[in-house]
Amino acid sequence: MSSTLIAHQVHKTYPSPRGTVHALENVSVSIRQGDFVVALGASGCGKSTLLSLLAGFQFPSAGRIAVDGQVVSGPGADRGVVFQDDALFPWLSVLDNVAFGLTLQGISKAEKQARARTVLAQVGLAGFEQHRISEISGGMRQRVGLARALAANPSWLLMDEPLGALDALTREQMQTLVLDVWRDTGKGIFLITHSIEEAVLMSTELLIFSPRPGRIVARHEYDFARRYANGESARSIKQDPAFAIAKSQVLDDIIQQTEYA
Amino acid sequence: MSILLEDPSLYENPHVPQVSDERSLLARLQAFLSIKAVVSSLTLLTVLAAWWLVTVFGVIPDILLPSPWAVFKRLGDLARNGFMDVTLWAHLQASLFRIGAALGLALVTAVPAGLFMGLSRVGRGILDPLIEFYRPIPPLAYLPLMVIWFGIGELSKVLLIYFAIFAPLAIATASGVGRVSDTRRQAALSLGASRWQLLRHVVLPSALPDVLTGLRIALGAGWSTLVAAELIAATEGLGFMVHAASKFLVTDVVIAGILVIASIALVLELGLRTLQARLTPWQNEL
Repeated sequence: MSSTLIAHQVHKTYPSPRGTVHALENVSVSIRQGDFVVALGASGCGKSTLLSLLAGFQFPSAGRIAVDGQVVSGPGADRGVVFQDDALFPWLSVLDNVAFGLTLQGISKAEKQARARTVLAQVGLAGFEQHRISEISGGMRQRVGLARALAANPSWLLMDEPLGALDALTREQMQTLVLDVWRDTGKGIFLITHSIEEAVLMSTELLIFSPRPGRIVARHEYDFARRYANGESARSIKQDPAFAIAKSQVLDDIIQQTEYA
Repeated sequence: MSILLEDPSLYENPHVPQVSDERSLLARLQAFLSIKAVVSSLTLLTVLAAWWLVTVFGVIPDILLPSPWAVFKRLGDLARNGFMDVTLWAHLQASLFRIGAALGLALVTAVPAGLFMGLSRVGRGILDPLIEFYRPIPPLAYLPLMVIWFGIGELSKVLLIYFAIFAPLAIATASGVGRVSDTRRQAALSLGASRWQLLRHVVLPSALPDVLTGLRIALGAGWSTLVAAELIAATEGLGFMVHAASKFLVTDVVIAGILVIASIALVLELGLRTLQARLTPWQNEL
């Protein structure tokens, strides 16, 4: 349980016709098991680039991404990814999508199906095993995406705005679902969002990003997620004046940044 | 089905009243489809009737246009006794063998070639100029060369059809591979997929709809090429039968042969559509 995923003084630049684009500038993050790190910021502030680097889809121009001191050399099953668009495999049933990572590992059919069923039940999709992806709603697809990442039992979950496209009610359900998963599994989670409320509620550490160049302009530590994990309801937490103060504090940080920019 | 239900033209049509209940909309859709089927059947029947009338009243001499009934009888005769001692089945078999052999050869070469083109810039660099050079050439233009090189036997014709099938199939496969979304690849990689597993479990199934569409186009092209080749250089096959009959002005055999050729094309197309619906059901539903 002591594993740590870090980004250490990471820079990422892209060549473009109008000169070099600084997608990320001197970003450092550390995600231990049990941490819930949320990245908040406007579009184009480099949050997704950071996730892509942590996942190993891309490599930093300077600095390093490492797991327990070992530099990350590419994607790996220790870092599960949940995508913004569901990125599911439409030719597979819900169950086979969830079992996909286990199929790759060559695990026997009976065992992988049993494990996939367990995870599907965990995300509230028991009974939908044999449905095709085209037969289920957007919110359910996101749960399947989450279940697929969970089934491979990664140490970290990297979530790229997985709740962005959902309607308000489904989104709240998904927030508590992700918090439940976090509480029950103790995984390290890195989540990207546009929503201040979501960020404050779910994070143990909140990173506020500002664009051009993408960098971290403020960090906060909150205990709302831990309070949820200890049994307090999300509704009661959101009604706490401390929660409102935290939200306005984050908003202040963001507004300050745009004034300077 | 959902695509059909969302077709806006259905709502714009003043003759289709707005219905809120999905089931009754579905029922109406089925009625709408069967109306199309009825009209299509009527069209065919009208053509058949016109043909029959023209022959009954002797507008066109029998030798140029035999009656539908004569063609139908000849078809039965062809099946039983054949034309010039070769039965319809033998001709059919010859034609189907040629396209079958060419198709088999194309499947094991064009699909891998398409994968190579879709996955590697080197692959595209090697194959693209070759395919784009020969693809626009009508196959019959290089049939004489094939006959010079490979003789008048089966090989030259199988190769000719093979070339006709290869290009559309390889290009469709390559474009299917090229359209596999990055997030899908990344999802598999982050679940621990090796390069080979990525190909087997993500790239191939993602490209399958395009491969099957390419196959439909390719088989259509292959079938027309085959029949044309048989008209020119063959000793049996449906195209040859039609050609030989035309030399003796046996018009009913010519027309019967054309109808058989058309039926085979239709069966191939419908068979592939069924295969497509069976193998890639998600294609019409997402």
